[in-house]
Amino acid sequence: MNMQGRPTRPEEAELIAPTTFTGNRGLDMEEPLIFETGRLDATGVDIDDPEPFASRLGPHERAAPVGLPGLTEPECLRHYVRLSRKNYSIDAGLYPLGSCTMKHNPRLNEKVARLPGFADIHPLQPFSTVQGALELIETLAKTLMALTGMSAIAMSPKAGAHGELCGMMAIKAAIRARGEAATRRIVLVPDSAHGTNPATAALIGFSVRAVPADAQGIVTAAAVKAALGPDVAAIMLTNPNTCGLFEREIVEIAEIVHAAGAYFYCDGANFNAIVGKAKPGDLGVDAMHINLHKTFSTPHGGGGPGAGPVVLSERLAPFAPTPYLGRNGDALVMVEHAEGGQAFGRLSAFHGQMGMFVRALAFILSHGADGLKQASEDAVLSANYIRACLNDLMSSPYGDRPCMHEALFDDRWLKETGITTLDFAKAMIDEGYHPMTVYFPLVVHGAMLIEPTESESKASLDLFIMTLRDLALKALAGDRERFLSAPRLAPRRRLDETRAARQPILKWTKPAPG
Amino acid sequence: MRYLPLDDEDRALMLARIGASRIDDLFADIPADKRLTDLIDIPRRMSEMEVERRLSAMAARNVAAGSAPFFVGAGAYRHHVPASVDHLIQRSEFLTSYTPYQPEIAQGTLQTLFEFQTQVAALTGMEVANASMYDGSTACAEAVLMAHRLTKRKKAVLSGGLHPHYAEVVGALADMAEDDTLRAPPDVLAREDIAASIDDETSCVVVQNPDFFGNLRDLAPIAAAAHAKGALLVAVFTEAVSLGAVRSPGEMGADIVVGEGQSIGNALNFGGPYVGLFATRAKFVRQIPGRLAGETVDADGRRSFTLTLSTREQHIRREKATSNICTNSGLCALAFTIHMSLLGEAGLRRLARVNHANAVALADRLACVKGVSVLNQFFFNEFTIRTPRPAKDVIEALVEKGIIGGVPVSRLLPKSGLDDLIVVASTETNSDDDRAAYAAALAEILS
Amino acid sequence: MSQLRYSKDHEYIRLEGEIGVVGISDHAQAQLGDVVFVELPKIGTQVVQGGEAAVVESVKAASEVYAPASGEIVAVNDALESQPSLINEDATGKGWIFRIKLADARELDALMDEAAYQEFLKTEA
Repeated sequence: MNMQGRPTRPEEAELIAPTTFTGNRGLDMEEPLIFETGRLDATGVDIDDPEPFASRLGPHERAAPVGLPGLTEPECLRHYVRLSRKNYSIDAGLYPLGSCTMKHNPRLNEKVARLPGFADIHPLQPFSTVQGALELIETLAKTLMALTGMSAIAMSPKAGAHGELCGMMAIKAAIRARGEAATRRIVLVPDSAHGTNPATAALIGFSVRAVPADAQGIVTAAAVKAALGPDVAAIMLTNPNTCGLFEREIVEIAEIVHAAGAYFYCDGANFNAIVGKAKPGDLGVDAMHINLHKTFSTPHGGGGPGAGPVVLSERLAPFAPTPYLGRNGDALVMVEHAEGGQAFGRLSAFHGQMGMFVRALAFILSHGADGLKQASEDAVLSANYIRACLNDLMSSPYGDRPCMHEALFDDRWLKETGITTLDFAKAMIDEGYHPMTVYFPLVVHGAMLIEPTESESKASLDLFIMTLRDLALKALAGDRERFLSAPRLAPRRRLDETRAARQPILKWTKPAPG
Repeated sequence: MRYLPLDDEDRALMLARIGASRIDDLFADIPADKRLTDLIDIPRRMSEMEVERRLSAMAARNVAAGSAPFFVGAGAYRHHVPASVDHLIQRSEFLTSYTPYQPEIAQGTLQTLFEFQTQVAALTGMEVANASMYDGSTACAEAVLMAHRLTKRKKAVLSGGLHPHYAEVVGALADMAEDDTLRAPPDVLAREDIAASIDDETSCVVVQNPDFFGNLRDLAPIAAAAHAKGALLVAVFTEAVSLGAVRSPGEMGADIVVGEGQSIGNALNFGGPYVGLFATRAKFVRQIPGRLAGETVDADGRRSFTLTLSTREQHIRREKATSNICTNSGLCALAFTIHMSLLGEAGLRRLARVNHANAVALADRLACVKGVSVLNQFFFNEFTIRTPRPAKDVIEALVEKGIIGGVPVSRLLPKSGLDDLIVVASTETNSDDDRAAYAAALAEILS
Repeated sequence: MSQLRYSKDHEYIRLEGEIGVVGISDHAQAQLGDVVFVELPKIGTQVVQGGEAAVVESVKAASEVYAPASGEIVAVNDALESQPSLINEDATGKGWIFRIKLADARELDALMDEAAYQEFLKTEA
């Protein structure tokens, strides 16, 4: 008989993580840079050298090596799979980054975006060969106009900030057309605005005038009125705003801005809270970008690509950039040169983020009018649920009142603990959560901005809430060590960012021999 | 709805916990007369199968590049992308993560960005590169703005070989920012004397290589002329694969190098998303737009990567930032990096040689077609032909014969008297049969 | 060593003859955290009291340094280029930022002395 047994229950032993030879900790593996493992003669792509031919590179031929190592396919896969496992992701857990809208990314959208009829077509193919692609852009454009109640749209902006630039360029073009370019040089921006707003205004020569929010976190019509004047070109107002609140006086603000001869740019980063509940066009907006990567769930991809189509009011429509959709008989075309028109010009080389358009339209069609409205409601409901369940422990800057799609807390409740917002965020990492957005908006001290989105089940929300409550109680009980040393259980502990900034190392350099 | 986990029972419990009686209590801040009562007039929800069917029908109305002999370039290029690239970028951890603001749980993204920056710097022959821009054209506009900041001058000189859309993007932004742009006339034969246009007010001269018409240009004398006037050379490329075969812009003295990275790792996608490459000298690093990943250590002394030098960026510097850019092209940059890692030095050089060989073979074939001439002396994988009939008509006639034959120059430069020119590209994806079919069809059309 | 005078923006100035030595206060450096970069003004630049003259950066913030008095920049502390940490280690000594040839020494009268600045810090907190 075979009597070779083996233990099938863990032995009693002291729990100390061993130091390993590899530096790996089980599935958490250390991975060198490709420049340290690759070889100049290795490749994962089999290509045969061409038959001898007469080069036409002339004196321009490269003589020097590029200096790029290569990997075979199995090595390459292992390298990037190992690296990927050091990342948090929506698919792995709740990702409550306020203002970033980390909602579920349906895989159908990835599938359809890769159909050769969308992915394998060139932006400069003859229009007769891309009628379906133009139809898709037209369908998405009309849908976005319907959802926002606006009368025109520019599809080419490549991200939210690029959309802001598009809208503000249209506004500047409109002001020029009125002959007021020399006098209207100011753009009003609330203190709580995302940094892209003032940066965009400054990029095209506007000066920024700050508008304060009131004690409720809202920009009042009175505050706008006080800042308005004949020198003002526009206001850039985020709605719902960066504190997660709907700007209650928005209609009145739009009226007084228009009465003063200025335009109303709405930052639509938070449009996801109100899709199907209100139309920006009904609120008096002149231009608004829509972050397809937020509201319509095209994946964030570790920081992009995004897409930022801009809807425009009738007043701004003539100034929309090229190219735009047109018709030649029954056929769709892209109008690439606006002869004699007022278009302000071109924003990017081609027609926009087609790959994102396909995904966004798939998301919209999947939800439909009913599903989109439900998604907005669920997102707002979930944020308020979190707010209501944490309110007794954590402090809110604007009191106990409903929020939109994100719940904002400050750090007053931590004041006596010696624990900062950052420490609290890092402790969440040890609990297996990505932290919320911290220290934004800047107007709220130690801000913690939580956006659960509509993608979480009640069980998931409840566990998140219980986790935060547990951490909050530990913080209030004075368990500082847990927070100051966090994270301990992540692939990395806290980084020396001072060193990274004082002596920037921005690429790998071959170590000197010896 | 398949994407929404909450059910009505959950919703009721949650509302009760909040202390609201109905969902609209939470939307009370929206003025009552602006709150929608009816559904928006778009279709109701659809099943996955219905959506796929509907979008597939639209896709089917397009002629995919892979389904015909295909020779279109002019800023975007069809290359073979290894299957593993698309597999890896669809891993949840890359696809569904955000900008790596919490480095302890984002080392995957951060290390790949560091690898990307290293690759871009090596390819362009520059000292530093950023973590990507939207695309080549917007990177070009940002390079001009950076040159303005560095030189404290406001005039950019654009070569007539610069992609016309790039020139338009730079021009539109400059117009709005109230900067000056001098755009040289189209320079089909690479004969312009752009150095003569550089004066004491010029911040930079922007030159593309290979240029829009496919010509290879020597940037070294332009760099010298620019530097003599205190101006910078911004070198542009739209075909990243060319850097495997031609001298790097860094070697020729460029100060800022920008380009389109789509060719490596990324599909044509009808114009986007693409990935803008941006590289420069180390001493200019504080004027770079966009994100930068840098190396440091963690509390245990282990090598780690983090976003750094963020005080340049809009989220900290607001109206004084180097750019308004926030979202970049992270996933496209990742695709670039993975494809580049698979190619390596050996693969990239061979890929570039095959591209060049295919273009030379095509040029030789087309030059034999009666009435057609190839205008370029030196080129990489793209060149310009002159046809005896208007280029637009020739391209349409080729489509009738199932061939996508290139881009009529007049599409990008209407009313410039260049109606008889076609920009033609050939990559490793073209076979000898494709080239033979093109030449035969062209001969038939022109006979 | 002559006495420091402070502005409400937390710059100090120390008079050395006709020349004022300018930096940020010890309190300011502590608030900023690790200084990682200093953007120095150009020598020869004319600055006005309260106008932007330099920028001090930490990892997560960039703060303008305003001139506490008007005049011409006559020297800058090049050592900060390689060692921005000098500001953290010795803000009012080796961490000076620039020297200014004062246009009007009476401008200093509007600034706070050490005791007044310490009082001011209490009110700010």
